[in-house]
Amino acid sequence: MLQFTLKRILLAVPVVFFISVIVFYIIQLPPGDYVSNYAAEMSVAGEVFTQEDMDAMRADLGLDRPVYEQYFIWVKDIVLYGDFGFSFNYNKPVLAVIEQYMGLTLTVSLVTMAFQYFVAIPIGIYCAVKQYSIGDYFFSGLSFLGMATPHFLMAVILMFLSYTWFGDPLLGLFSAEYVNAPWSMDKAIDLAKHMVIPVIVIGLSGTADLIRVMRGQMLDELNKPNVVTARAKGLSERKILFKYPTRAALNPIVSTFGWSLTSIFTGSTITAIVLNLPIQGPVMFNALLGQDMYLAGTWLLFMALLTVLGTLISDILLAWLDPKIRTEFRGT
Amino acid sequence: MRLLPVFGRRQAASAEPARGKDANYSSQWRLMYARFKKHKLARVSLAVLALLYAGALFAPFLAPYGLESYDSKYVNAPPMKLRFVDAEGKFHLRPFVYGLKSDRDPETMRKIFASDTEKVYPLQFFVKGESYKLLGLIPSTTHLFGVEEPGRLFLLGTDALGRDLFSRILLGSQVSLSIPLAGVGISFVLGLIIGGASGYFGGWLDAVIQRVIEIIRSFPTLPLWMALSAAIPPRIPVVRMYFYIVIIFAFIEWTGLARVVRGKFISLKNEDYVVAAKISGVGDAKIIVKHLLPGFISYLVVAATLAIPGMILAETAMSFLGLGIRSPATSWGVLLQEAQKIDNIALYPWKIIPLGTVILTVLTFNFVGDGLRDAADPYKR
Repeated sequence: MLQFTLKRILLAVPVVFFISVIVFYIIQLPPGDYVSNYAAEMSVAGEVFTQEDMDAMRADLGLDRPVYEQYFIWVKDIVLYGDFGFSFNYNKPVLAVIEQYMGLTLTVSLVTMAFQYFVAIPIGIYCAVKQYSIGDYFFSGLSFLGMATPHFLMAVILMFLSYTWFGDPLLGLFSAEYVNAPWSMDKAIDLAKHMVIPVIVIGLSGTADLIRVMRGQMLDELNKPNVVTARAKGLSERKILFKYPTRAALNPIVSTFGWSLTSIFTGSTITAIVLNLPIQGPVMFNALLGQDMYLAGTWLLFMALLTVLGTLISDILLAWLDPKIRTEFRGT
Repeated sequence: MRLLPVFGRRQAASAEPARGKDANYSSQWRLMYARFKKHKLARVSLAVLALLYAGALFAPFLAPYGLESYDSKYVNAPPMKLRFVDAEGKFHLRPFVYGLKSDRDPETMRKIFASDTEKVYPLQFFVKGESYKLLGLIPSTTHLFGVEEPGRLFLLGTDALGRDLFSRILLGSQVSLSIPLAGVGISFVLGLIIGGASGYFGGWLDAVIQRVIEIIRSFPTLPLWMALSAAIPPRIPVVRMYFYIVIIFAFIEWTGLARVVRGKFISLKNEDYVVAAKISGVGDAKIIVKHLLPGFISYLVVAATLAIPGMILAETAMSFLGLGIRSPATSWGVLLQEAQKIDNIALYPWKIIPLGTVILTVLTFNFVGDGLRDAADPYKR
């Protein structure tokens, strides 16, 4: 097991390296750079930017060097000093910007994840046990709809409903009076209220997926001989259900645990833009559009790392649960 | 010698009479088709998809108005009802619409529309309208239906520029429905070639290709899409933009298919019949085409079908953010941009209608994919 884990981690290292190269390449792709964007913005505001001003600014920010040199400086600073560069837009180190948004991002993501599992697993079990009942059709239909509806529109519709029913579209994560207030009980309650829509919207497709997986797995497990044996021995239905099929059906769900957090992280981006949430998605999106390259690059790198990490965790969990995969890996 | 097949046939008939007498002799595709036919939801979905694509193909003919035509007099007009019974209770065989008269709301000063029962515009078929090229080739000015000037026909209302939503949904479907097909098509070919090479030849080639796939897959799709779309220069011709977007989708999607192909190649290449062919001196190309491909092409078709809904949703999301198709071209995502603000939905609820077509398409593709998967699985009863 240890050997498997080590081998898997070592394999991830070159992947991470190439990812960093590609990330840097991608953030360079859009035409123009931060300085030209900035100049364009300034000229809208009425300020005149001469070519000399732009060149001076480029030299100041280190944007006049060749791309590969910029890349090596970036990577060198990350590896040696843990310095991910400087956000031009925020006039702060990238890490400080990310830190500022990380708390709420993690809160939203973790609550969404908990929501997914707590809702999907019981519903999945219910749908399998009462296959072809009205409840099964209802939840299956709902999960299909959840898969087919684009998140961002779901967000708009829920906002609209909340506006018509409660008179408040619940935009953002805090009401206006709490945004800059220190933490208090009221602020926490306000936050909880505002989290309902984002959590439902972001968690929707994941929940729909999980319901389908859980239902399918349970259906497979429910007809296995061990269940029949247990029933023949006279165990109570409840005990049979939770002791055998549920435990077995949870395996594939547990093993995809690693991916789930990553997909929530990335899946929340568009929803966060629509709902105007103060989490990392919109910040990074604007960085990408505005060529705030170190911020955008760090974010992409971070996301990719999360995916690598998620896959790693999933692979290890899978190997831990399923000895077949462990030996297969050793064989190659 | 003639006894044997007869015996076999009789046995099949007695064992499974429902399958028809030649189930044992049918080809794989025949069996798949028979099983697919039994899947009711998939069959209905396939019919709906056929309708949607036919609609896209003949969109300029079916739509009463063109992509660009607008009328500033009818900004944000509500959907019109096709009526058979007029205000006096008289029945008309030919459906008609009332004209619209606009007023200003005395409080909000917003334009509000009401039916003008004085003006009756009966629905006409094969009316002359804007010129277009059917299938991009045949120039024509005939539209399937419409009303006579100065009447207007807005079956699903209009947008903020006074453009007919019904026409725009139809014309937008040309983009929204073809991008995923083109994208999956390209990624299908890429996945087949690269995944096939990886699985069949193995060794260092496999190792390299696997690492490349792993790297591409490590990027979360959405930010990658955003980054690549942001790189598309603004103000480029529609065709080029369309081309770029298809390439971006294909570039991300092929890795999934390549993995399926590789897995199948690896599991099949050591089968006895393949080894036998190899020993008999059959060339690699012939083995792949004759012996390996037929073994799993059905799985690939399923994988490709199930990849389409994701692309439709992605295209919608990109256009919604302004990173995908941009005007003057139209897709469903572009149409939904107007539904981004809640006051728009509150005041003009018909603007959410394109969402219905998106959901319908995604669902039907999912159902067809599910049906195909069940049909392709020989162990499924």
